[in-house]
Amino acid sequence: MISDGGKKVLEDPNYIFAKLNISQIEHSYLEDFLMSMSVIRAAEIKIAEAKKNGLIKGPVHLGVGQEAIAVGVSKNLRNTDRIFGAHRSHSHVLGVDNDLHKLFAEVLGKNTGFSSGMGGSMHLASKSKGFLGSVPIVTGTVPLAVGAGLASKLQKSGDIAISYLGDGATEEGVFHESLNFARVSNIPILFVVENNLFSSHMHMSLRQPLNTINRFAKAHEIETKLVDGNDVVEIYRTSSEFIRRMRLKPEPYLIEAITYRWFGHVDWREDIDVGVARSKKDLLNWKKRDPIKRLSDAMINKKIWTIEKQHNLDLKVDELIHANWEKALHDDFPDRKSLLDNVYKYD
Amino acid sequence: MISTTYSDAILSAFDYLLKNYPEVFVLGQGLWSPWYVGNTMKNLDKKYGKDRIIDTPVSESACTGAAVGASICGMKPIIVHPRMDFMLYAMDSIVNQAAKWSYMFGGQLNAPVTIRSIINRGGSQGAQHSQALHSWFAHIPGIRVVMPSTVQDARDLLISSVLCPDPVIYIDDRWLYEQTADLKPIKETPLNDVTPKCLKEGDQITIVGSGYSTLLALNASKKLHSDGVRAEVFDLRVINPFNSINILDSVLKTKRLLVIDSGWKSCGMASEVITSIVENIPTNTLIDPPRRITLPDCPAPSSEVHEKDYYPNEEKIIKFINDEYYF
Repeated sequence: MISDGGKKVLEDPNYIFAKLNISQIEHSYLEDFLMSMSVIRAAEIKIAEAKKNGLIKGPVHLGVGQEAIAVGVSKNLRNTDRIFGAHRSHSHVLGVDNDLHKLFAEVLGKNTGFSSGMGGSMHLASKSKGFLGSVPIVTGTVPLAVGAGLASKLQKSGDIAISYLGDGATEEGVFHESLNFARVSNIPILFVVENNLFSSHMHMSLRQPLNTINRFAKAHEIETKLVDGNDVVEIYRTSSEFIRRMRLKPEPYLIEAITYRWFGHVDWREDIDVGVARSKKDLLNWKKRDPIKRLSDAMINKKIWTIEKQHNLDLKVDELIHANWEKALHDDFPDRKSLLDNVYKYD
Repeated sequence: MISTTYSDAILSAFDYLLKNYPEVFVLGQGLWSPWYVGNTMKNLDKKYGKDRIIDTPVSESACTGAAVGASICGMKPIIVHPRMDFMLYAMDSIVNQAAKWSYMFGGQLNAPVTIRSIINRGGSQGAQHSQALHSWFAHIPGIRVVMPSTVQDARDLLISSVLCPDPVIYIDDRWLYEQTADLKPIKETPLNDVTPKCLKEGDQITIVGSGYSTLLALNASKKLHSDGVRAEVFDLRVINPFNSINILDSVLKTKRLLVIDSGWKSCGMASEVITSIVENIPTNTLIDPPRRITLPDCPAPSSEVHEKDYYPNEEKIIKFINDEYYF
């Protein structure tokens, strides 16, 4: 729990963070969190390398350091829920569909990818798992997610919508329209704002009067909670409670998770001192708040995990990354004849 | 058969869709208002409930996006924009999202939303209440653009649009609302099967229109007929993706082409029709250069004096044909 007094410090690189409180969470859940975050981390580091050495052609927006958010939220979801992402969405899709081969194939532009090689890193979808699309137009999917929630309400399915967005997206007008419409129509949608304090190169303090955005939820009478975005357990607890309530009674909620991306806005560089208010010192401080290590440490501290088990998990993740990457590398590109396919659903 | 107005034909399409397809719902501004959209939506909220007929906040962008999102999830939403001008707030959801949702994800998903956009011109409403921007949308691959001009099409093409698995912009012009016709029973037609239609046969000139322009072309051609001018009139019906084949055959016969469009000249639909014909016929086929009648390239004026010069009408078309052609 972050108290009101904590808000000011949560986004501060020098914030003294507490040990993770993992009480009353099933051990299998904790192990799942650890595995899922580790896979996402390793996958993105692999993608960063491949981008650097030219194997990946299109831009990649990496979320290393932010894994806890998607992992904590996804644990509450079912395949019939409707999830929408944005430009930095590798973790969002992997959170519900851990098919590394499909992610790697997609970023390499292969026809076996999540979007049959037609999307690349910025356009990901996994329909069967409820991940209905991520796109790089900032805030572009936010109203779509509201509509997905509206559909669910009309279908009386009990399914919910998840809209992942960043702090920059809260500066677009349609974000505010979407919150208002979701509230006034009682739409079951959870807005998950990953506030990593930067939009491209610009720090929040240069774009908004406050470094947090949950005031926008309050303005639209939407229940909200500010959480430590690098605490997977806190994210899981908060989203779990909101989602439980949404399934019973359709209503919007908003979680603001404060976090930090270890890479720059796009591709593999750290963007230290090339952006505005992003320093090496800040990055090192934020790395101390590593969501994976914090969970592992807390589990070891509680004697439900060991250094040896952690070592084995890391080895397993490495193998997974290697096998799936090699497989994707050898897959085919889309057939050149498919250029005009799927412009329309029927031709 | 009962004689029906264009606006009642739209209402009957809504009624048919809402009655037969539980996944159809409608949202937009003014849907609970008795006067906002003519009588084309009259009492639908009372008949089908305010859950399915949703009058929305003043948020074109979010509400259009919501319709797109709902369509991705198995619904068949219709988002209504009582004036096309205000719909420009929703360009991202239409152009970036709906139009590309199938392509970007390799055909795995699609956004079968219907966007009903109303052209509402004249009446000294001026520059921001009178635009006909169909040509813009026809430029975008992935979004179908439908412009019914006849009473029959007003009903049938709305049904085809809503049942189409692709996003469709259905554009109706309020100047057509008073037209009447005897309607055939409803028969669902795939939008793909809808091509430009010959509304009047002739062998001296092919006149092509869409929406209200088709009505002008048809009325003008009837009057010209008594002067001995045999014009063939084509109604485009679907302007994207545009299939020019029937018109091409007609021009090969008449050897003259005139396009009337309710939009502006520059980069407009008239240019597209002319180009698609000219590039597909042998040189020297045409007796006269291809011509177009469009709006002058200025915003809609407010003054009634200027309005008379701004909009094409029957008399202007007849005069243009008499002045420009020698049959």
